[in-house]
Amino acid sequence: MPKPILTIKNLTKTYGQNVIFQHLDLTVNEGDTIVIIGPSGTGKSTLLRCINLLTRPNEGQIWLDDLEITAKGTDEDQVRQHIGMVFQNFLLFNHLTALGNVKLGLTKVKHMSDEAATEKAMRELSRVGLADRADHYPGQLSGGQQQRVGIARALAMDPRVMLFDEPTSALDPELIGEVLEVMRQLALDGMTMMVVTHEMGFAREVADRIVFMEKGFIVEEGSPDEMFNHPKFDRTREFLWKITELYGKKEKDAE
Amino acid sequence: MLTWLGYFERFGQNFLRGAGVTLELTAVGLVIGFVLGLLLALARCFGPKWLQRAAGAYIAIFRGTPLLVQLFIIYYGLPELGIAFSQNVAAYLALGLNSAAYQAEYLRGSINAIGSAQMQAGRSIGLSKWQTIGYVILPQALRLALPSWSNEPISLLKTTAIVFLIAVQDLMAEGKRAATTTFDFVGIYLAVAVVYLVMVFALDALLKFLERKTKIPGMDIETRR
Repeated sequence: MPKPILTIKNLTKTYGQNVIFQHLDLTVNEGDTIVIIGPSGTGKSTLLRCINLLTRPNEGQIWLDDLEITAKGTDEDQVRQHIGMVFQNFLLFNHLTALGNVKLGLTKVKHMSDEAATEKAMRELSRVGLADRADHYPGQLSGGQQQRVGIARALAMDPRVMLFDEPTSALDPELIGEVLEVMRQLALDGMTMMVVTHEMGFAREVADRIVFMEKGFIVEEGSPDEMFNHPKFDRTREFLWKITELYGKKEKDAE
Repeated sequence: MLTWLGYFERFGQNFLRGAGVTLELTAVGLVIGFVLGLLLALARCFGPKWLQRAAGAYIAIFRGTPLLVQLFIIYYGLPELGIAFSQNVAAYLALGLNSAAYQAEYLRGSINAIGSAQMQAGRSIGLSKWQTIGYVILPQALRLALPSWSNEPISLLKTTAIVFLIAVQDLMAEGKRAATTTFDFVGIYLAVAVVYLVMVFALDALLKFLERKTKIPGMDIETRR
């Protein structure tokens, strides 16, 4: 019996008249990698931001394990420690080295000693293959390296689930691979992940489930095989065909 | 014309003493202005609505009225309400309160530039809002503000010259006294100007040094993006 880590029920987010998504239901089980795809502006990123409470949903509930994190009076800072977030634009702390970036949460949120935090942070940097860049500042790292530090920073908090918001969209094509490789390894290690991406190769290979969102609704979800080979809806087929065409071409160009 | 160089010999002690007072006024004004300016900037960027408005009003008033008027209100006006200060304290307050308004604007600009993205990044690993401000936003915002903020100490140093009007014994006051003994206004004030110039150059070098010292490799590229 798979154990749900994230349970989303009837989630609705609007900005004024503008409905981002409504009545969304989604369950993420322990160890699963969920890839969310869909045209831009369909609320994929907003969904991730709702899950780690950077934005408040208007309606509906989210449970992290058995805790309803959307309940009034939830300690948001406490919750966010357990939900790792990786941003499209990396958003590293530019005044800190790679090591400093990964350590900050350990010393200030988890109150670890400097020594223990350094040790743990170095472990996480090794995990993303950047131990030798520990003393580099973000401005001295390539985009791919910066994003891997971003992943290490989130991992260091030992989150229950990792959210990836288009982690490779801001990268030059030749740098995408190294980030996807780290993510693939994470999935293999059993990390629970929700990934918004257009990288169909990654989705096909790594995802346990693919969720296709459009205009604020989940159109269809299923295994990669179901989604790529026998989608139930024409819209899913059409979108997957288009995106594979577009990004497949880009991947080829990069070679 | 070159006789004014001789004034350094004759009034050197006085000028030096006056310059000391000028530097003291600059330093105290700058520190008061920085602490208060930082609070104002934080209030404007992160405070509740009413506090944002209050800070905005403060900045508007102190930037919108002459420093001299503020100085006279503090030194001549407040005693009527039973709040009296010595000349020096009145000068510290006027310079500090005024400088705070300008420093708040420099800091606010760079806090906004560092922006909500870094706030999200900080919050995403479980830092609280004020932890993020302290550990993430301010260390970057202060560095970003430094080049333009550096105008403020320089400008403040020169502005202190007005306090001789309430008889604070600064460099300007010493100059005025020397001028009334020699009646060589051009020569004396040229000499005084040179002393100000030297102090400004020294301060400028110090600020440049500070800028180099606090620079993060590659960060200018990051923030420009």
